[in-house]
Amino acid sequence: MQVNETNTVNTEEKEFTPLIVAFCCNWCSYAGADLAGSSRLSYPANVKIIRVPCSCRVNPLFILRAFQRGADGVILCGCHPGDCHYSTGNYYARRRMTLLFSMLDYLGIEKGRTRVEWVSAAEGAKFSATMNDFAATIHKLGPNRKLRDLRCEK
Amino acid sequence: MREINEMLKKKVSELLENGTADRIIGWQAGEFCYDVTPAVMRKDNLDELFYNGFCGANQSKYLIQESLEEGKVLALLKPCDTYSFNQLVKEHRVNREKVYALGIPCSGMLDVDKIKALGITGILSIEDNGEEIKVATMYGDKTCKRTEVLQERCKVCKGKEHKAYDELLIPDEDAPEVPNGEDRFELVNKLEAMTSQERFDFWRGELSKCIRCNACRNVCPACSCRTCVFDNDNSGVAAKSNADDFEENMFHIIRAFHVAGRCTDCGECSRVCPQHIPLHLLNRKFIKDIDEFYGEFQAGEDDTAKGPLTAYTEGDCEPSIVMEKGGEA
Ligand code: SF4
Ligand code: SF4
Ligand code: FES
Repeated sequence: MQVNETNTVNTEEKEFTPLIVAFCCNWCSYAGADLAGSSRLSYPANVKIIRVPCSCRVNPLFILRAFQRGADGVILCGCHPGDCHYSTGNYYARRRMTLLFSMLDYLGIEKGRTRVEWVSAAEGAKFSATMNDFAATIHKLGPNRKLRDLRCEK
Repeated sequence: MREINEMLKKKVSELLENGTADRIIGWQAGEFCYDVTPAVMRKDNLDELFYNGFCGANQSKYLIQESLEEGKVLALLKPCDTYSFNQLVKEHRVNREKVYALGIPCSGMLDVDKIKALGITGILSIEDNGEEIKVATMYGDKTCKRTEVLQERCKVCKGKEHKAYDELLIPDEDAPEVPNGEDRFELVNKLEAMTSQERFDFWRGELSKCIRCNACRNVCPACSCRTCVFDNDNSGVAAKSNADDFEENMFHIIRAFHVAGRCTDCGECSRVCPQHIPLHLLNRKFIKDIDEFYGEFQAGEDDTAKGPLTAYTEGDCEPSIVMEKGGEA
């Protein structure tokens, strides 16, 4: 539950490498990540993929929890609109995430820390480009402080 | 007000007498005259029933439980309560057949804190008659203007029309007009125009006051789950105060998110918060976004329309719209 204090101190001293959580839909984006791997396209090692059955499985609480547990950025990848394997899941996910991201922005959390991308199973190159770009964005934003327990910070 | 009270008592006893309903959710005086709570009443204790500017409690939520019981219950619904009522009927949380809804007029509810802020203390009784509020205090009689002491939500009243009822106490056309006309999004706009850091500081200031009493959730007619996520013992956040500012943020984001698209902006959450946190500013952010992104929507307008989060269109905006349209960075 608590942010590990020694951990925080360590990242402070070292060069900042952002921790990124990527929720990937099993049917498209996870396969896209696979393809990226087998085609030897690189993406940052600190992108931690969590496989979900469909983009709409991702509850706003998951995103907040990821930040609590130390993520600096959270990205959700699903099938392209119209291609969801459960027909319409990603349409609902799209509305939910739009509202959630807007609320985070309203609370003063940096808007670049969250993102949604549609990546199909054939788009290994897009997957790797997206992750590299997102990692760069988060690197620029610096460590996530606002959605963590601030009292652990110095 | 006295007139309406007489009419109401007469009507209610008539309806209970002729068997239209066998009990009523009314309001009961508490320790102080401004400390009114909803209460179930029957024929024998009906004389305790009254209606005044402190009967703000939205009865719809109580109907969830009451409509599960034997017999029919009589509900007194102010115009804004009927939105919540519709929403609950739509979500199959209230059994419409078990409720007899009597629409009652409302001329705006009063905020005792605003009365006290005018320096009126030691309040013994409050007489609510139209434009002027007469307050009897330990230090003599005082008066104040109704418009000065209206609740925040009443200043942005949705209007005097009842959206659902079986019967109206007086026709909506003859009901008093609530002096309103303020823009409910004014403060939301203001916050959006601030810088990200200012917004962050503003919300830290507000949300860190939260004592996690859960009153905002308990009173909310849209929060109608039998078991709430915040009651999940395995979540680590159940039945306890917020341990750190992450938990404060999380509770408030999730509370507001779970009612997004279903919140009627009834204002109950802000009314009951003992810490005076402006919860309506979170709800209204969602309402404003929904209006802007997916078209104007008022929850509870009717009992059939699909809510914005249970619907979609293929051409919906992408979440990246927040990057362009969101508040100042
Ligand atoms: S009513 Fe106020 S103090 Fe209580 S949980 Fe809600 S926001 Fe927190
Ligand atoms: S969130 Fe507040 S304003 Fe919205 S329905 Fe619930 S109690 Fe009413
Ligand atoms: S199955 Fe991939 S988004 Fe629904």
